[in-house]
Amino acid sequence: MDQANAENAREERAAGDDAYRRELLEIQKIDFALVELNLYLDTHPGDMQALQQFNQLAQRRKQMAHEFELKYGPMTNFGNSFSRFPWQWIETPWPWQV
Amino acid sequence: MWIYEKKLQYPVKVSKCDPRMAKFLMEQYGGADGELSAALRYLNQRYSIPSKAIGILTDIGTEEFAHLEMIATMIYKLTKDADVEQFIQCGLGSHYAAHDRALQYKDSNGVPWTAAYIQAKGDPLADLYEDIAAEEKARATYQWLIDMTDDVDLQDGLKFLREREIVHAMRFREAVEIIKADREQKKFF
Repeated sequence: MDQANAENAREERAAGDDAYRRELLEIQKIDFALVELNLYLDTHPGDMQALQQFNQLAQRRKQMAHEFELKYGPMTNFGNSFSRFPWQWIETPWPWQV
Repeated sequence: MWIYEKKLQYPVKVSKCDPRMAKFLMEQYGGADGELSAALRYLNQRYSIPSKAIGILTDIGTEEFAHLEMIATMIYKLTKDADVEQFIQCGLGSHYAAHDRALQYKDSNGVPWTAAYIQAKGDPLADLYEDIAAEEKARATYQWLIDMTDDVDLQDGLKFLREREIVHAMRFREAVEIIKADREQKKFF
């Protein structure tokens, strides 16, 4: 493999593979719903239906994040995610590299 | 306290290297109505706003940092494969001279970000109206940016951000009504 190919392969790895992007997208989708519900509830705190939806999605989100992190490492810092050895937090891809 | 999530709020794709468009996008990075201004404006106003509006300022302010990261990602992806000649040709020669490919909190004309862009009057309604206006201005800027590119992948990310400005403005309008109603109620006590 010449140097350009090696460089491309490195970039490819850094950017994550298709499965990574697909599973990340699922989390981005549910997180979008949660952000929307969160902002809505900030100005509509008495909407029981919205609140139930928020709590249900928050529960599902926890499960999805757990499965994602088992495969790809921690999504959040400061003890909100677990890491295998060696410390996975510093692994690529960072969000702008995806 | 904030924690970081190792993901973008919405996927950012670009279909070509385009430093010219990156230059225009800097308006939303370090410009007056950009995402840095938005995040800092809302989070800073929290300390003097009535309690009923602190939640919405905290959450929208936090979301703005996610938008700042999306804009940064767009600029990064649009410039990372550009050579020096391309930087010079699109008017980013002076940026390159000072920063190479590093990002900087400057607007599309290279003017550095300043705290003078953001307001905090201490009057809750004045501050919330300021925030509504800021969201509307950002929405308009996103529309101009969408009109300036034919890159459909880039447009997709920009359209997401444009829509968020609309939702934020709506939530701030509701916060205005909540504070007004709260004041009315207190008058009768």
